Amino acid sequence: MIMSDRIFGLVVVLVALAFIASATQIQTSFLADPVGPKAFPILVGSVAAVCGVFMILRPDQEPEWPELRTLGALLVSVLVLVVYANLLNPLGFLIPTAFVAGILSYQINPRIGAAAIAGVGLSLGLFVVFNFILGLSLTGLPRVLFG
Amino acid sequence: MADLFANLSLGFGIALSPFTLMLAVIGCFLGTIIGALPGLGPSNGVAILIPLTFTLGLDATAALVLMTSVYYGAMYGGRISSILLNIPGDEPALMTTLDGYPMAKNGQAGDALVISGVASFVGAFLATIGLMILAPMLSRVAYSFGPAEYFALYLLAFSTLGGISSNNQAKAALASCIGIGLAMIGLDNNSGMPRFTGGNLHLMDGIDFLVAIVGLFAIAEVFFFIESHGKDSALGVKLEKVTIPFRDLANSGWCMIRASGVGFIAGILPGAGASLGSFLAYMSEKAVAGKDGKFGTGVAKGVAAPEAGNNAAAGGALIPMLTLGVPGSGTTAVLLALLMTLNITPGPTLFTDRPDVVWGLIASLLIANIVLLLMNVPMVKIFVRILQVPPSVLIPGVTMVSFVGIYSLTGSYFDLVLMIGFGILGYICRKLDIPTVPIIMGILLGNAMENKLRDAMVLSGGDWTYLFSSAISTGLLIAAVLGFIAPMFLRRYITKPQRISD
Repeated sequence: MIMSDRIFGLVVVLVALAFIASATQIQTSFLADPVGPKAFPILVGSVAAVCGVFMILRPDQEPEWPELRTLGALLVSVLVLVVYANLLNPLGFLIPTAFVAGILSYQINPRIGAAAIAGVGLSLGLFVVFNFILGLSLTGLPRVLFG
Repeated sequence: MADLFANLSLGFGIALSPFTLMLAVIGCFLGTIIGALPGLGPSNGVAILIPLTFTLGLDATAALVLMTSVYYGAMYGGRISSILLNIPGDEPALMTTLDGYPMAKNGQAGDALVISGVASFVGAFLATIGLMILAPMLSRVAYSFGPAEYFALYLLAFSTLGGISSNNQAKAALASCIGIGLAMIGLDNNSGMPRFTGGNLHLMDGIDFLVAIVGLFAIAEVFFFIESHGKDSALGVKLEKVTIPFRDLANSGWCMIRASGVGFIAGILPGAGASLGSFLAYMSEKAVAGKDGKFGTGVAKGVAAPEAGNNAAAGGALIPMLTLGVPGSGTTAVLLALLMTLNITPGPTLFTDRPDVVWGLIASLLIANIVLLLMNVPMVKIFVRILQVPPSVLIPGVTMVSFVGIYSLTGSYFDLVLMIGFGILGYICRKLDIPTVPIIMGILLGNAMENKLRDAMVLSGGDWTYLFSSAISTGLLIAAVLGFIAPMFLRRYITKPQRISD
């Protein structure tokens, strides 16, 4: 049973319809041109919907999805990256980077010692490169420390 | 002709300044490393470096010289991972693995690297000459392009993007639609009204294409490495002493020149040019050699042809990018993003308004090419050593560089999270065999395409037949339809060689 393409095709059709519906709600201004701001998005949405239908009707072979454990590792990585995006400013570059680089390194090669060294090394190394060679002004340490 | 030399001397005047020259050498070196690293193709490499280049505050010419050196360097470097690891850095490099990897397994890794290095030089050099001659001519033609012609041209680019390099036209078209649809987010140019922002202030300016590019290329690659645990990138072949195989080089001389011609012409086509270039170069040389040529078993010509074609196509792809603003490959799309970030509008006026940029660029391409040949033949062993950087260090490094790049460019967490989102989208798309280059092209060109259509309708007062009013636009529209339909039928007769496995 080929499911991935069908599911994705269905998602595409739904998103495309939502896109078209939302396009019809776009406010037009008095500065009207013959086409207006709605027509092109509606056209693009329709083409996308047709493509989605094609994917449902004529799906390709099922791709190889990773096993459950790897999927978990991927999910962890995504979460870690999102947290990292939010901590970069308040905690500075060095500490979050060391942790996140270490965790990512562990996901690829599960050896704790090597991952810790990679994390700390990358954090310090990149900080030096960015700040002293490329001249970006990254905050190194948590802002709280400087009041 | 006199014009050409005057322009070239202007260009060399800019490119030969010590600072620019230094940038070119640094760019070549970085580019070769980036290209050689498994999984980091030219598009990835250029994408993660753009935000950094921008924050360095280089002027337009300097930034362009640096990034095109990286681009050319990555094309050279890509062959190293293709040949030694059987991992193509990007779509066009796939053809090099077909004979390059078998050669490496037969113990001829050094020969394959030297032959492909020289072939890269021949291809890129001839293409740069072609670029110097053809680009000004095409830019004169491009002056006669009105909104209708541009709309048709964009349509042609999108419809040929899938082309031979994709396995499913519906998916290629869908990818273009995703990109164009994402480009619609933000304020409408004509009416100034917000579209698809959902009231989110961050989305008012639209989605920054650099965020999308870095997410779709670099972050998605990170997910792939986590999935495979970096297992694919172990160096399985040994590189002994590197000598110059003069006989093989002499034998494949004509083959390189022919392949360069084929690659260059394919590269000029907007849309799918570059991947078509190495494909056609390989297939045509395979046909010329016949059955006795033993293509696919590890022969010198099988490495020389796609590598010359690939690099010639990379040069050719710069022509539509510079003269028309329509890129011919993933990496030129990324370079277009760079130009747009630097506030340079590519198009015919670029050649008259900013000759310093164009000719400085062309001169530095010639210089970069020579630097690259010198770097890549004698120093190839140094780059091979870089391949031994374990993915468990490389990939976190790439992630952090991407984050810092985007963060220092936009300074917003929203963009960082958006970048992760694009990474997930890129991962799913590549799993489902949906090409990601059209998504990038859509985000880059979507607004321009809509604006041209609306301008055309303003000019004609809403008459749709205006799109067919000139021979150029009608021709382009017909080519667009044919370019979309033809691969569906051709696919039955021409099968794209898939990646070989051990």
